[in-house]
Amino acid sequence: MAYLTETLTKAATKAAAVSVLALGLSAAPGLNGGDAHAAGKGVGVIDHDFAHEGAFGAFDPAQLRRGWQIYAEVCSSCHSLNYLSYRNLGEPGGPEFSEEDVKAIAAQFEVQTIDSEGEPIFRPAVPSDKMVAPYPNDEVAKLSNGGALPPDLSLMTKARTGYFGIWKQLAEGMGGPEYVYSLMLGYTDEPPEGFEVGDLYYNRYYPGHRIAMGRQLWEDFEYLDGTVGTVEQQAEDITAFLTWTAEPKMVERKQAGIRNLLFLTLFAVLLWYSNKKLWSSVKKPS
Amino acid sequence: MSGGHIPQEHHEPTSEAGKWLDNRLPVGGLLAHLNSFPTPKNLNWLWVFGGILAVCLVIQIATGVVLAMHYTPHVDHAFASVEHIMRDVNGGWWLRYSHAVGASFFFIAVYIHIFRGIFYGSYKEPREILWIIGVLIYLLMMATAFMGYVLPWGQMSFWGATVITQLFSAIPLVGDNILIWLQGGFAIDNAALNRFFALHYLLPFAIAGLVVLHIWALHHVGNNNPAGVPVRNDSVETAKKDTVPFTPYYTVKDLFAIIVFLIIFAMFVFYAPNYLGHADNYIEANPLVTPAHIVPEWYFLPFYAILRSIPDKLMGVVAMFAAIGVLALLPWLDTSRTRSGAYRPLFQRFFALFFVACLGLGYVGAKSPDDIIIGSVSHEKFSTEEEATAFMTQLLADDPGATVAMAQKIDFDANKVYYDVAETHLAFRYIHLGQLLTLYYFAFFLVILPALGLIERSKALPETIEDHFNAKMAKKKGVSAGATSDGGDKPSAVPAE
Repeated sequence: MAYLTETLTKAATKAAAVSVLALGLSAAPGLNGGDAHAAGKGVGVIDHDFAHEGAFGAFDPAQLRRGWQIYAEVCSSCHSLNYLSYRNLGEPGGPEFSEEDVKAIAAQFEVQTIDSEGEPIFRPAVPSDKMVAPYPNDEVAKLSNGGALPPDLSLMTKARTGYFGIWKQLAEGMGGPEYVYSLMLGYTDEPPEGFEVGDLYYNRYYPGHRIAMGRQLWEDFEYLDGTVGTVEQQAEDITAFLTWTAEPKMVERKQAGIRNLLFLTLFAVLLWYSNKKLWSSVKKPS
Repeated sequence: MSGGHIPQEHHEPTSEAGKWLDNRLPVGGLLAHLNSFPTPKNLNWLWVFGGILAVCLVIQIATGVVLAMHYTPHVDHAFASVEHIMRDVNGGWWLRYSHAVGASFFFIAVYIHIFRGIFYGSYKEPREILWIIGVLIYLLMMATAFMGYVLPWGQMSFWGATVITQLFSAIPLVGDNILIWLQGGFAIDNAALNRFFALHYLLPFAIAGLVVLHIWALHHVGNNNPAGVPVRNDSVETAKKDTVPFTPYYTVKDLFAIIVFLIIFAMFVFYAPNYLGHADNYIEANPLVTPAHIVPEWYFLPFYAILRSIPDKLMGVVAMFAAIGVLALLPWLDTSRTRSGAYRPLFQRFFALFFVACLGLGYVGAKSPDDIIIGSVSHEKFSTEEEATAFMTQLLADDPGATVAMAQKIDFDANKVYYDVAETHLAFRYIHLGQLLTLYYFAFFLVILPALGLIERSKALPETIEDHFNAKMAKKKGVSAGATSDGGDKPSAVPAE
């Protein structure tokens, strides 16, 4: 339970409002009144350092491959990656699986199509296919998960906010990956004394602390590359992988940024001196 | 077609081909006029934002047209088509991030441009039409930005569109009919998405047309300047003492400013592309799930704060639109005979407050109205809900008007739940701050500006732009000459009359 003690000491907030029963509260005028009571922000997330952070940060392909393994063996039984194709797994800047590996991964899945006579058939997936979702539709997904819909994970790290405040977000980013990482480590054996979760599970970092998904990461996960499968390692790897799925072009973007900023800065310096020289004759006292 | 108030040398085509064209379509003359346009030589760095805004519009139209080639305006495909752009279109992520961040930077530039205009009295005679065209451009920008934000069809797109279109239902009698007409149905759905896309493509060209009028009016009346005194226009020679030709002096200066602006823009596009947006918009629109917080884009927040600070829905909507409309009346609300705020000491203080009020309104717009800014709140902790309820009932029995709230909280150190009863004795909430700032916003335009012109004594103005420019240069030189000179910061920057 080492990760839990880390979790507890690192968390910024000691207590979070769970539910608010307001009596006699001053009327909330305006159209959007009442937001104040939404305990949507949860508690401060764990600030974990990822390889992709910073202007020069890049994904570690080996880590993304481990993340894919966790997704494939754990998450994919309930969660889809609808916006990805199998070919993405072999593209530069990603997990960079070999062409053969990508073909082999795709071939494990079946996609529905129709044959030349119009009959519905299944064929093995190829790299250009979109990743096959675990459920054919949302209704089946809900039925299989006690009424809760397991969200698509393609954009998860961009669709959640872990950091709040304009300066914090400017300096550290929106904290989406940190939120996912924290959520993975936010399960405890028992909910806090007196906290009712019903059919749900307690998670320290989930807004409201009652989550439909149970704890998924356990000690001694067997990585194909021999990495020791601690819970923290798995949380970091799956988070890195989902950060890549949310933005496969992130490394390309950051590298383009350096080139663009260098060019623009040089151009600005030249223009500054041109402007100075140009105006010097006008500014000369007559 | 030079015309205008500032005398300018007439363009005579020299080549035969030039003369031939000039007799049929004087486009060469127009370009020569634009290039050599006499521009006051004392403009400061706040005057670069017009050029920056032109670049912003070009960036938005150029990236937007290409994005539209890959985007699908249909509720079932819009969100996926945006992800297709981000993942599979060559350079698609760059196009989309530039367009999204570009919208924010467009507003940053326009806000500085507007504040500059207000401070230096750029709306005053003879620039009223120039100013009103500007207000119309700003209005169209807001409409365009709002509809553009709906197109990715994320949660905030959908719910933002729902909240904003609902505002029109506040109109008496015909509100509901107007709402249905706007949405193309009973809710925000495919019809709304389609018309928003069509209008989002159309309006930027309407903006471009207004920009042409804005520049036309500008070239007719000439630039305002920090001194606020007009260019001497009795002859080309005297006009030349106050001005420099736009090219090369301001083309190079503006270009430098544009590149610096693009550097900051690039920092966001490449390193914080989602900072100015909302995480919720990466969740596909779902009419059945309301996000915890529906917050408009940052550039709408001051108006959102004004809307929420009025308890009545209709009056809130009226106040919000009035906050924009009052800008158009500015030329007649400001009664001062002095144009430039640089020579109006009292105005400067009220203007500074106005600037802070606008920032404050933006801040309030991002906050929950009922959150407490300053307050006296006493907390009591209880381990069971029964005890907490009993305590709260007792409090209310003692004082039926008391403001009490109970919340279940978790003590993470003890891994235990407790119940917190908070009694608010006195609270100054964001809604109250918003109301104060809204009051000041309107008072600034409707009371302070008209009154100031009657009571304020302005400082002495420089006689000419040339004087102002030379005094500025002399002051600069004095400062750089350092301690040996005694004329460092003498108030002689403004020669007394």
